[in-house]
Amino acid sequence: MVWTALLLSRLQFAFTVSFHIIFPSFTIGLAAWLTVLETFHLVTGRPVYRRVFEFWLKIFGVTFGMGVVSGIVLAFEFGMNWSRLSEMTGPIQGPLLTYESFTAFALEASFFGVLIFGRKRVSPLVYLFSTLMVALGTTFSAFWIMVNNSWMQAPVGYAIENGIFIPTDWKAIIFSPVVWVRFPHMLVAAYLTGAFCVAATGAWYRLRGIYATEARLMLRMGLFLAAILVPAQLFLGHLNGDYVHDKQPAKFAAIEGRWHDEQPAGEVLIAIPDEAKEENHLELKIPYLGSLIASMRLDSKEIGLTSFPKEDRPPVAIPFFAFRVMVGCGLLMMASAWLGSFHLLVDRWRGERLLLWATFLSFPLPFVATLTGWFTAEVGRQPWSVYGALRTADAVTPTLTAQAVTISLIIFAVVYFIIFSFGTLYVYRLLKIGPVEVEPVRAGNPKRPLAVSGDSPIVETTQGGGLL
Amino acid sequence: MILFWVGLLAVTTALYVLLDGFDLGVGVLFAFADEANRRKMLSAISPVWDGNETWLVVTGTVMFGAFPAAYAALLSAFYLPLVLMLCALILRGVAFEFRYKAMIGFRWIWDLGFAGGSLVATFIQGMTVGALVEGLPMKDGHYIGGTFGWFSPFAALCGLGLVLGYCLLGASWLVRKCEGRIRERAYQLLPVLTVGVLAFLATAFVLALAMHLNLMTRWLERPYLLVFPLIGAVASICLLKGVQRRDDWAPFRFSALIFLAAFGTLAGSFWPYMIPFALTVGQAASPAASLNFMFWGAGLFVMPLTLIYTLLVYRLFRGKVADARYE
Repeated sequence: MVWTALLLSRLQFAFTVSFHIIFPSFTIGLAAWLTVLETFHLVTGRPVYRRVFEFWLKIFGVTFGMGVVSGIVLAFEFGMNWSRLSEMTGPIQGPLLTYESFTAFALEASFFGVLIFGRKRVSPLVYLFSTLMVALGTTFSAFWIMVNNSWMQAPVGYAIENGIFIPTDWKAIIFSPVVWVRFPHMLVAAYLTGAFCVAATGAWYRLRGIYATEARLMLRMGLFLAAILVPAQLFLGHLNGDYVHDKQPAKFAAIEGRWHDEQPAGEVLIAIPDEAKEENHLELKIPYLGSLIASMRLDSKEIGLTSFPKEDRPPVAIPFFAFRVMVGCGLLMMASAWLGSFHLLVDRWRGERLLLWATFLSFPLPFVATLTGWFTAEVGRQPWSVYGALRTADAVTPTLTAQAVTISLIIFAVVYFIIFSFGTLYVYRLLKIGPVEVEPVRAGNPKRPLAVSGDSPIVETTQGGGLL
Repeated sequence: MILFWVGLLAVTTALYVLLDGFDLGVGVLFAFADEANRRKMLSAISPVWDGNETWLVVTGTVMFGAFPAAYAALLSAFYLPLVLMLCALILRGVAFEFRYKAMIGFRWIWDLGFAGGSLVATFIQGMTVGALVEGLPMKDGHYIGGTFGWFSPFAALCGLGLVLGYCLLGASWLVRKCEGRIRERAYQLLPVLTVGVLAFLATAFVLALAMHLNLMTRWLERPYLLVFPLIGAVASICLLKGVQRRDDWAPFRFSALIFLAAFGTLAGSFWPYMIPFALTVGQAASPAASLNFMFWGAGLFVMPLTLIYTLLVYRLFRGKVADARYE
């Protein structure tokens, strides 16, 4: 393998974007959950909602910051490593990302300040509004990113003039059916991530026999939500498979591990794909199921990889395995959420330590599923940067040297390793301490040295009133 | 439509420089403060730094959308410095949260990341502007200078100049937000920083003349550009007077004005080039279909809305940071 600037740039983008996606997929869900908690608290006045809110807000604070700073890197990497891509598709991708930064980044960044520091400075309703704005901002962000990425997966509404991609139909770009199956898939993935992290925390406290009320709340809200969302997610995943089948047949064949055209097609459950020999080893295959999954028929003909010229085929191993890991995680999540919810409903949690342990240990599943889902989508898109229209090899910055990317990759790796290790440690510590009693009037994070003077005993009084 | 987007890009860039300028400046000054003052300095910028830094992303993406050729050329030209700048911003960004979560013994790591990150990010921003003023090696709208083609002593000097400049903004912000010892210390620093910034600007100007930079011919063609340095000079005098009067609001206003004057000078002498003498605004612009699409949503509605809620957030956190007596 030759370590070219192209390969290193791909590695660097994969590394930085994978690192980044961990945080948004957590914070999108968490922001929505915080909004729900704050609403419940305002409506019912029960202090437990407030305690749980303040607790998760601290964790939100740490992870949100990491998401923001790791996201800035991506906004620059397009131009730094992929200058040909940004020059050629800038007229389409640029405006989409502009909309993201205007509608999402600016919204969440501004109101995030209010969320963390503004409890004492605004009325409860304004505070709830700020929470909602942060949640909305994270959702918008996901939306525009999915529009942008979906355009790269299945480009529509453009014409090429002098080598530049000119938008001809923005409606087609934004309302592309691909967007509307992929955006919900990502959004639900984020909600599931939040739900499992919350439920796992609840399970952990119950295992340790502390914070009984909070643990119960977290378990119930997390597991019930997950129990509803996991099946929905499996269905959305199936719809995603449909679009891949229609628009990216080579990717579909790679995911399926199908080397030759088959009619009727079998479904490879597990195997070791061999790209050199164009065959699978140790294959476990169910006949007919491939046709059924792909076309909802028992006798359809499904295309194999060898029907595509070699230079148009994606790598097989990564999409093949990543997809199976993702589906595996999905099924495990389904088992965990349903079993847990069932026991919660019949209220037989006492003594069910095994199930609590399972719930506790299930929190990495949504993260792994999200990452492997993206690996499937992005590696499967290769060798194209814009599917069928611009090859990744033609998208890279032509003047970039392997030496420069090696240096940058090492720097990013070191910095990300440091902040990830410490970030995880600090989140772990916050989780371990757990929800502490919140002073009803002097609210806010008691650990913060932030007493910004100025207004307002009045505001504080309203604040106190809102709590009762 | 191109004009609208140049204008908007100018506004977001200026906003970024002014807003993140002061919190980066506070970050550099942070290195010289003791623990009690460090807390207050952080408190003075914590609620807003995130929003401030967002203007960098907004500027980047507006450039991507409206002027993709310039975005591609600039970002790929400054590859390694930008990597360093991004990592510097990451380290200082996480430090806000991490320093209070760390055990006391480890706090110095994040303090170092915060001050060092602020310093490196500022220096690199100044250096890129310097390299642009001096002229990048470009051909047919593409950068051809190689991995280190952007470096020059002049660019490094501009890096140092911007460090002084952001410190000036930072100290002005501290005067406005803090009380007690830290306010006094900032007041003492302000005249020094003002003179330092002026000295830098003068040196850069003379050097630019001596090096026969192409950009300087602009000044002969466009004598009206002299109005910007004049504004800067007047603003400096008002700033120094404000410091004498101990008027807490004056320094930030006038140091911002100095920055705007310098920004106007640069923009005026660059025009109509986006990358001087290599890529004009017209050449770099996206097709009308892209600019229109951005205009009717982001430009016309979201940008004003964003400005409004940015203002509201600043209003919310107005006033002085009280003495932090508790952890």
